[in-house]
Amino acid sequence: MTAPTYDLGKLHGGLRLPAHKRESTTELIKVVPIPSRLVLPIEQHVGSPAQPVVGVGDRVLKGQLVATPDGEFSAPVHASSSGTVTAIEQWPVSRRFGETAPCIVIECDGKDRAGPVAAAGDYRKLDPAKLLQRILDGGIVGLGGAVFPTAQKLMQARTCEIDYLVLNGVECEPYISCDDVLMRECAAEILSGAQILMHALQVNACLLAVESDKPEALLRLGRVLAELGDERIVLKQVPSVYPSGGEDQLVQLVTGREVPSGGLPTDAGCVVQNVGTAAAVHDWIVNNEPLISRVTTVTGDGVNTPVNIRARIGTPVQDLIAFAGGYTDRATHLIIGGPMTGKSVNTDEVPLVKASNCILAVSGAPGAGDELPCIRCGECALVCPVRLLPQQLLWHARADDDKKLRDFGLTDCIECGCCDLVCPSHIPLTADFRRAKGRIRELADEKARADRAKRRFEARSRRLEQEHQERAAELARQKSSAKTAGPAAIAEILKRKQKKGESE
Amino acid sequence: MRFERRELPYWSPQTSVASMMLQVLAALVPAAIAHVWFFGPGFIFNLFVAGIFAVGGEALVMWLRGRPAEVALSDYSALVTAALLAFAIPSLTPWWVTATGALFAVVVAKHLYGGLGFNIFNPAMAGYVVILVTFPADLNLWVAPRMGDIDYQQLSLVQTLAFTLTGNLPDGVSFDALSRATPLDVMKTGLNKLATVPEIRINPVMGDFGGRGWEWIGNFLTIGGIWLMIRKIIRWQIPLGVALGLLVPATIMYLVGPGTNPSPGFHLFAGATILCAFFIATDPVSAATSTRGRLVYGLGIGFLTWCIRRWGSYADGVAFAVLIMNMAVPAIDYLTRPPVVGHRTGGKTSD
Repeated sequence: MTAPTYDLGKLHGGLRLPAHKRESTTELIKVVPIPSRLVLPIEQHVGSPAQPVVGVGDRVLKGQLVATPDGEFSAPVHASSSGTVTAIEQWPVSRRFGETAPCIVIECDGKDRAGPVAAAGDYRKLDPAKLLQRILDGGIVGLGGAVFPTAQKLMQARTCEIDYLVLNGVECEPYISCDDVLMRECAAEILSGAQILMHALQVNACLLAVESDKPEALLRLGRVLAELGDERIVLKQVPSVYPSGGEDQLVQLVTGREVPSGGLPTDAGCVVQNVGTAAAVHDWIVNNEPLISRVTTVTGDGVNTPVNIRARIGTPVQDLIAFAGGYTDRATHLIIGGPMTGKSVNTDEVPLVKASNCILAVSGAPGAGDELPCIRCGECALVCPVRLLPQQLLWHARADDDKKLRDFGLTDCIECGCCDLVCPSHIPLTADFRRAKGRIRELADEKARADRAKRRFEARSRRLEQEHQERAAELARQKSSAKTAGPAAIAEILKRKQKKGESE
Repeated sequence: MRFERRELPYWSPQTSVASMMLQVLAALVPAAIAHVWFFGPGFIFNLFVAGIFAVGGEALVMWLRGRPAEVALSDYSALVTAALLAFAIPSLTPWWVTATGALFAVVVAKHLYGGLGFNIFNPAMAGYVVILVTFPADLNLWVAPRMGDIDYQQLSLVQTLAFTLTGNLPDGVSFDALSRATPLDVMKTGLNKLATVPEIRINPVMGDFGGRGWEWIGNFLTIGGIWLMIRKIIRWQIPLGVALGLLVPATIMYLVGPGTNPSPGFHLFAGATILCAFFIATDPVSAATSTRGRLVYGLGIGFLTWCIRRWGSYADGVAFAVLIMNMAVPAIDYLTRPPVVGHRTGGKTSD
């Protein structure tokens, strides 16, 4: 058995938060029945939305492609069950906090019929490039919440020198326990996924990082790993400190390498994949099942029986809440994702999407009270995992001093929310930084647009000027030739003009 | 079902400015009791006067600024300023001196700069320096500490109150009979008269390290300070910086010339060193804010305090050292920024 190792890098700051994971981990993963209706947003990933390839009235089978990737950064969407497409319309989505976005709506027939499944070949015989294309076809995206298309991430990594595949089983955010239970129940699938990913990347080292507060998962993974006997995979136990599961933070923890500012983990020789993603890769490559379901945690003091479920992508959240025994009287907020970085939505009509690792119904936390001025106590700087000085950033964020904001590393902020939780003045720092980032992005966009317009205008001016000069030169040439040519030539020209006039 | 959206993180902080300030006040209680024991009940009246004028001044300014007064008052920061001022002045101080200090601290040094969080200077020290230069005679009247073999005379509660209210001593009691030069004063005047440190230390106000009574207040302040560090209300960088900044030059000079330089122990336990290290220099608003910056800031205060004690005309230099370092804070903060993760190892360079 591979013993957990502790030779870790150091993470600055971070917080030990109340875990709230016990509530949802008392039982095994429960499978949610096929809903009567599936709502599939065409944008469930980072990048451009997929393009629907089905029309209203079409019958679809389970696992059938319903939207195809559009452009370089995109991922396909598959039908999660069989039925009829009844609409392609705007529907509330969690990505937009409950505002609407285009979705494919399928009325399920309950029969869950699948198309003919081709026998999966041995992936080890596949060329890595072919394997990547195949992963792309499975609609697989990062299931830790960031939903970056997995194939594109791997393709980018293939252009870099990679030492480690890092599998992220940290799950540091409170309440969320879907990766924990997945590691307990599907350890073999995760490890198989890791092997597939290693083949796709052509790397021979995989660090599987699990937080120390998941002893069952660690034990199970260790046992299955020992049976598998793959010495390339090393299990690493990391301390349970939020946000050690952030991509860059995890790389720092397990390799001691800092991901350079503005760079990717690949710049530190690592590719990070969530354990859920690895299991999804296994399901697709080995069992031919595209990403049409995921494990998610339904929890919080706003639901009656917190539970981990495997549900089909597109199932309305209200169905999942009903499956978890319905709301308690205390439910006042619905958060899709974790309590630190999730999205607070205004309706439970939003569907479960690939990004939804948690459905959190909670009572209203006691108000933080009035916001006071910053007293520069510096607690925020002590907990900041990227070693920023939030107390200084705040000044510049509120003064819109973009140069200073850059200077103090606003773009390096990972919006983990740690600073908010230690601020004695109850300043919503993360929200301020998010706003400042948005404003700077908008300014940059606007500037890019203005630059484009300016370039166009300048090009046009140059062209006009050039044309004008050419005409002037031509005129001058004609004049001078007329002068030198004498009356005979003029008569000739006039005749030519007359002829032209006639012909017109 | 419809839900109300909210900003994440979902939780709220467990701390508040008010609870921090209350804990600072609580940490001062043992030292305050010691102060009353050694120097008489005047401290209580001073605290009362400073508190009333600090809070009243704050309420007045908030009213003038058209803001709700309770917002400012409910953070208790004015009370902390008042308490620190009360610790800085002699136990026998007429009320108008204390009131001037408290009002200047809160109205000018704090609120004219924008109120809590915006003041550049430590309000208590700004207030103290103003009364130190405008009422020098009043701030020299330190009574003898109540310690066994010192020939001391203490006023009763009523007599102390009468002095605080009127500035007049009871009939038949003279300032000379009541007051004693502080250990720092004794040291300074002694050295100026070319006496050696061992000769000076024969004076009965001198204790084991610093001054009698003062040392004990220092001990209780240390207990309070360590409690604040355990509670993480203050961090170790500033206290350590102040101590090192003062003790390193003091130790070197003491080793070079023990006859003409008081021991590092004296520097530590005399005057306001310990009060400064744990309670004054650690005021977060006017201190440097980065971890390394705080160490630099503390070192600067300690070193300047030593310089002023050594060469200045004032016996103690804590207040001036703090105010001078307050001015250096923006520069310190800028120069001691920690390296943001990912910027150190090169990679894509920052522009």
